[in-house]
Amino acid sequence: MSGSLMKRLAESRKTGDVARLAEAIPYAKWMQIAPENTTGELLTRMRYHDSLIGNTFLPAIHGGTLGAMLEMAAIFHLLWETETETVPKIVNITVDYLRSARPRDVVAAAKVTKQGRRMVNVFAEAWQDDRAKPVATASAHFLVKSSDEAEPSL
Amino acid sequence: MTKAPLTTPEERVALFQKLFSDTIPHNKALGLKVLAVAKGLASMQLDWRPELVGNPETGVVAGGPLTAMLDGCCGMAVATMLKNPMPFATLDLRIDYARPAMPGQPVIAEAECYRITRSVAFARAFAHQGDPKDPVAAAAGTFMLGTKGKATRAQSIGRETAR
Repeated sequence: MSGSLMKRLAESRKTGDVARLAEAIPYAKWMQIAPENTTGELLTRMRYHDSLIGNTFLPAIHGGTLGAMLEMAAIFHLLWETETETVPKIVNITVDYLRSARPRDVVAAAKVTKQGRRMVNVFAEAWQDDRAKPVATASAHFLVKSSDEAEPSL
Repeated sequence: MTKAPLTTPEERVALFQKLFSDTIPHNKALGLKVLAVAKGLASMQLDWRPELVGNPETGVVAGGPLTAMLDGCCGMAVATMLKNPMPFATLDLRIDYARPAMPGQPVIAEAECYRITRSVAFARAFAHQGDPKDPVAAAAGTFMLGTKGKATRAQSIGRETAR
């Protein structure tokens, strides 16, 4: 997708400030979803705000927002931890909802399950207070162009 | 039922708009508009807004708002099938992103709950921008019925559609 995002990525790598990646994406800013690497592991946090609620009785965070933040977590992971030279293009995502998410921050981690030349499979997991009790998990496919493919060799 | 049944489709849409979008904070934040409701069927619209953009250079909407709309639309189709209101929750949701949504144009979701059992409901949905044959995304959702808590008013709309 975006040259500005890849430029932002290069800047973030220099300064080590991964959180700035989210500033280039209006939807991530609006949702208050941003990556962080304070623990040495790249995590993505969705800060709680009232407009995330999907069920006012429980109350619980809207399932769609959990899918959205897992997708963003996968994208941030691919940008930060892999050699991709373009912004990964999502092909599909399957989200499993394991527990209702309470009105608190949600944190997610992602890992590459399989890296191909064109296609990557990513697994992501989201939790609130206890990492051992995930609220949702997702597996997603992304089209990527890795650096060895940047210039087509004949 | 002591209440008079809703007679016109417009009245029903207005009621579902209130229950499903205006009173659910995230649906309201997205500005979801209910277009149509019938037993087993639901349709809603997401208008393009700068805050929803995932790619600042092209203006294409992020996947997240579509995921949230398709989840909500499948859930609404499920709710229309419940003769007796009960709480339910999304068990899993798969989204296939068929093509990027054209910036500046609304996206329409159309969902169908095609099977409901005592414990589980199955729904499918497509998102498109005017031509259902040219979808932006496709969704398959499974819903667990009779989960904890009380049925929300949105989960009780089957009273208005299941007759």
